[in-house]
Formats: sequence, structure tokens, C-alpha cells
Amino acid sequence: MKDSAIQKITEDLLPQKFGKQGKIWVAFLSVLCIIGFIAYCRQLSKGLVVTGMRDYVSWGIYISNFVFFVAISLVGSLITAVLRLTNAEWSTPLTRIAEIIAVSAITFASLIIIVDMGRPDRFYNLFIHGRLQSPIIWDVIVITTYFFISLLLLYFPLLPDLQILLRFKERTNKRLYWLYGFLGSFWKDTPQQIKISRRAVNILSITIIPVAFSIHTVTSWLFATTYRPGWDSTNFGAYFISGAFLVGAGAVIVAMYVFRSHYNLERYITYSHFDKMGKILVMLALLYLYFNVNEFLVPAFKMKKSEEDHLMGLFTGEFAPVFWFAICTAMIIPILILVNRKGRRPLPAFIAGLLVVVGSWFKRYLIVTPTLLHPFLPMHDVPESYKHYFPTWEEWAIAIGSLAGAMLIITIFARIFPIIPIHETITETEQHEKE
Amino acid sequence: MEIKDNSRREFIAAGLLAGLALAGCSTKKNPFETDTLEEVKPSGVMVKLLSVDGKVIEVDKAFLKPVPELPAIPNDIARKGIAGKKFVMVIDLSRCKSLKKCQAACNHMHHIHPGQNWIKVYPMQDAEHTAPYWEPTTCMHCDEPPCVKVCPVDATFKRQDGIVLIDSDRCIGCRFCMAACPYSSRVFNWEDPGVPEDIAKQPYSCETSVPQKKGTVGKCDFCPDMARKGELPHCVSACPNGVFAFGDMLEDTVTNGSETFRFSDLIRDKAGYRLMEDLGTKPSVYYLPPVNRNFPFENNEGKEEGKHS
Repeated sequence: MKDSAIQKITEDLLPQKFGKQGKIWVAFLSVLCIIGFIAYCRQLSKGLVVTGMRDYVSWGIYISNFVFFVAISLVGSLITAVLRLTNAEWSTPLTRIAEIIAVSAITFASLIIIVDMGRPDRFYNLFIHGRLQSPIIWDVIVITTYFFISLLLLYFPLLPDLQILLRFKERTNKRLYWLYGFLGSFWKDTPQQIKISRRAVNILSITIIPVAFSIHTVTSWLFATTYRPGWDSTNFGAYFISGAFLVGAGAVIVAMYVFRSHYNLERYITYSHFDKMGKILVMLALLYLYFNVNEFLVPAFKMKKSEEDHLMGLFTGEFAPVFWFAICTAMIIPILILVNRKGRRPLPAFIAGLLVVVGSWFKRYLIVTPTLLHPFLPMHDVPESYKHYFPTWEEWAIAIGSLAGAMLIITIFARIFPIIPIHETITETEQHEKE
Repeated sequence: MEIKDNSRREFIAAGLLAGLALAGCSTKKNPFETDTLEEVKPSGVMVKLLSVDGKVIEVDKAFLKPVPELPAIPNDIARKGIAGKKFVMVIDLSRCKSLKKCQAACNHMHHIHPGQNWIKVYPMQDAEHTAPYWEPTTCMHCDEPPCVKVCPVDATFKRQDGIVLIDSDRCIGCRFCMAACPYSSRVFNWEDPGVPEDIAKQPYSCETSVPQKKGTVGKCDFCPDMARKGELPHCVSACPNGVFAFGDMLEDTVTNGSETFRFSDLIRDKAGYRLMEDLGTKPSVYYLPPVNRNFPFENNEGKEEGKHS
């Protein structure tokens, strides 16, 4: 392979300074984060009373946001591990996008669960008094494990790229140069280092699959281990996992489109990537639809008394608009768009991905809240406001702030590091040329 | 009966030690020393006391200082519970007319946040053509408590005497127990519960559930502090109609204060049952069906609730 070609790839993929758009975007996200932080300070001083949650709906959009984050983070394992192990080479340019989405989402999943706690000052009790019988402790364990595996899967493939970044001293500022050196100066590209790194990535790719399944299965068990109608389901683990892969794949398509158009990566993220990811998204949407049919049709056929109010509330009652909106935007419309070859071109695929992500967020809300409004004993002997739930501005601000925070991490990561692996792209291009 | 003896003995011992301290038989570092060290003149009236090692001794009355309240049971002992007891409650639905004296007494004694209730009195009607009735609910103190199963930090726990309690000093406020409880018996302190200052200053006791704390879960505790004193829970003694009967299953006795029943006979004769038996939670609260009622069912709550909101 010619040096000029290598140089071209490197030039194309090196991280670029924020343009005007980038700066506005970062400022916008930062403002959202700051508003969320202010809302959280209010919550810290006044207590959870600033939220719309009360004794019946004791979990609200914080928890649905948590489930959403855990769900979206599963894509790291799908793209990096599943596709890597099945030798789907085309996914190489997407691995880092998927992995940074996973890391930032899982970070904010942990933060949002602390936000939901009544006594965040006692967080350490989880470690000094933790009871292994509680599904929350299972979640703490697997989420921590998943976070570190994802971080390593992000870091190891980054090492050769850091080496490249260090070569372009004139392209970076002092502090970034120090950061690259701190993270990657030990990497000398020796055959032994490459061998170790490759083995490590292989081991991590295999371990992350059961861990990824665990994080979302355990998250589903936070609900399914209770007796409540709508949660008391053996379908929940698979239902959550399939939904998680769907929203994660949707998020990757969205990120692919944004990075591609913003950083002019048309040569690296091609039509073929959108085509393949589009097909995957259709398959995942169909799978999720299948689990939804299981989840709702079977209890609806029996209409047990305890389930009836809950189900009718979703189908035709107060939650019906959100319910059908979520089903249509997260599954049916994206399927209709992406089954056509034309629909798998970048722009329509981007729109389909966006619909999936938005629909999925509301789907998580529907999993958490309506159930809590249908307890076994009727809602009684409580103030009237306890019988309804609508998030307050503080909750919206914190939830939106956390979403903005996750996007901010991804944005800043793409500013500092190459979002498409340079080294791997070069080696793969070389291999193709040899063949 | 044993409980009472113990508490009297502790009372005496504490009083005795305080008296000895005042008499000046100890150094200044004595923990029982009071702030205002007054001169005490012997009154000449002698009192017989039981000493810590079981001997009867005589002390001048003037040396004794009454202890106003026994100190609360330390929380590590409160976690274990009272040995040889299995507390149960029987709620007789035929006697309830939703006076809510139980609720008021409970709210008052536990300093619960206004508007929230640990005891709820539900107007129930199981099906369209079945008779309506009032159903007071407390915490069911299940033998297979779903709340305890899910608690990540062991803040809610099951004791050997069957009572399920909460350690508000440990609770992290995740509210998983509230999601897990099918009886909706748990409430959360969404804001500062507004406990009077002098009570809020007290150290938290698992047995009294006082003081309630912001950001933690609260619920009916079966008043084990009262049981230690040999007295009935506040709801039981507050009810003028004798709806609640409380007692020890191992003694096979429950009482509502004025009447005492053999528990097994009562449950057998009146066909007692427990709520949501199919869930397998094994509650410690039994219900007697609303037959041969003392009062007709009158629901005037609609108006009343309007006032609250």
C-alpha cells in the first residue's frame, strides 16, 4: 500500500477541532447538563419531593431513563463482540462508535440510579452492607463489570491509534499531547504487544457477551421479581434484551450518520454500512415486536382481573397514545422504512434510527410507570396527588441533562480520539489490496 | 409477663446506679454523673432494691433518681427481636366502621408525615354483587417478606418474633421494597417528615420507627416497643370497636384490650383468612370476614377526601 494512501486515511480520520457547529452543539449540551445539575441540587436540598413521584408511583422517569441507558449500552457488545466474533469485518469502522456509546450510556445509567436514591449520601451502604440476595446488588456487580470491560474494549484498540496521534504533535495542543502520551506512550507496536492486545480483545469480546446479557436481564428482573401486574412476567429478560439491541443499533445508525456528515467520512462509513445496519435493525425490530406480542397478547387473552386495568390503560386508556406511539415509532415505522433498499440509504436510515431511539425511550417509561398505578389494593388513604404521575420540571431537567451528558461524552471523545479506528482501517485496506 | 420483669429490673438497676453516683462513691469520670451535682441529704426512708447481681439491698430513697423513660433498645438487639414470641394480629372486619382512630393514633405516635398513613382503611367490594366492607391494613409482617428479599442493604429485616422492621439509618431510599410489597403498606419520606424538633433529635430506633427521616421508607412496625412493655400496639388500644386483636401465636392468645381470644379457636370459628394467600407471602395478619356486622357499611369518604386534596 502506498504511503500516500496511508497518509490520506490518517489525514481523514485524525480528530478535528470543533467548528462553529461543533462549538454550538457542545455549548447546547453543556447548558442542558448545567440545568440538570441545578435541578439535582434542588432535589438534594429538598428531597425527592421535588419530583412527581409519590408512594404509588415510586419509580418514575429516572428509572425508565436508567433502563434506557442500560439498554442502549448493550450495543457495545453487539457491534464489537458479536460482529467481531462472527468475522463481520465490515463493522470495523463502527466498533469505536458503538463502544463509546456503551461507555457513556453505562456511566450515566449509574449516575441516574444515584439520582433516584432517597439517600445518595449512603451509597457506600451498598458495599458495606450489600446483600447478595437482592437483584439490586446483582445489578451493581454486573454493571460495574460491564463498564470496565467496555472501557477496556475501547482502550485496547485505541493504543495503535494513540501511537499515530503522538506522531502528529503539531496537530494537537500541549494538554492533549500529554494525554495521548499518558494513555499510550508505552505502546511500541512490537509483535508481542500486538499479540497480547489481540488476545485480550478476543477474551474481552467473549466475556462481554454473557455480561451484556446479564446487565439487561438483571435490570429486567428488578421488575420481574415483583408480583405486580405488567411486571410479573417470565418473558421479561428476553423482552428487555431484544429491545436493548434494537435501541442500541438505532443509536449507532444515528451516530454513524452524524459523524459521517459532520466529519466527511463518506469513504469510511459507506452506503453499505447503512444497508447492513438497516437490515440488522429490521431483524431486531421484528424480534422485539415478537416479544411485545408475547408480552401483551397472552395476558390480554386471559384478562385476569389484576392485569385488566393495567392492560386496558395501555391499549385504550390513559396511556394508549404513548403506548401506540412507542409501538409505531420504535418498531413498525422503522421496519416499513428499512425493508426497502431505498430506505436503507443514509438519510432515511438515520430517520428510522432516530424514531427507534425516541420510541424506545417512551417504551421504557411505559414499562415502569403504568404498572405502579395499578397496585393490588386500590389507591386509597393518600393525598389526591399521589394517585397520578407526571414528571416535574426538575425530573425532566435531570433526565434531559443526563441524555445530554451522555451525548457530550461521545462528542468530546470524538474530538480527542479518532472515532473511526485509523490503524485497523489501514491494515484492513492493506489486506484487501493483497487479496 | 417476663418482659415486664426484665424492664422493672433494668429500671431499678439504672435508678440504683444513678443514686450511687449521686452519693459520690465514684470518680468524676463516671458516666452516670449528672451535670448539676447537687448535695443530697439522706431522707431516712429506706427502699429495698434488687441489685444487678440479684441481691436485695437497702438504699436511702433520696439517693434514687427516677429515670423518665427507659433508653430505647439498641438497634443490634432490636434486629434480633424478642425470643420465644411470634406476634400476630387479627382484624375483625365485622366490627370496622372506618372510624380511623387506629390511623390517627398510629400517625400521632410515629410522627408520620401529614397526609401519609401506615394504616389504611379501604372501602372494599370484591365484585359487583358482593357486599362492601371496610378493610383496615397494616404491614402484614409476612413470613416470606418480599420487601426483605429485595432490600440491597439489609435495611429492612425480619426478626425471630416475626416482625419486619426498617433501619432508617441504613435505608438508601431505592424504594425497591415499595415495588415489591403487594399490600402497598410502605410509604416514603419524599420530604422532611416534619417531626417535632425534640423528637427529631433523638437517635433513630428500629422498634419505635421514630424519628422518620427524609429519603427513607417507613411502614407499620407492629409497635414492638409496646410489646416489650407488655402493652398493645397503638392502633389496637385506640380502636373503640375492638377491631384489632394482637398477641403471640405461640401463646395462642390475642387480645383487643377488653376481650381475649384463643387465636386458633378464633380463626377456626370465624373462618379467618389472610390477604393474597396465593402470592405465598405468608402474612402475620389474619382477617375475620365481615359477617354479622356491628355496623352497616356507609361510605362518606368521597367528601372527606375532597377536603384533603
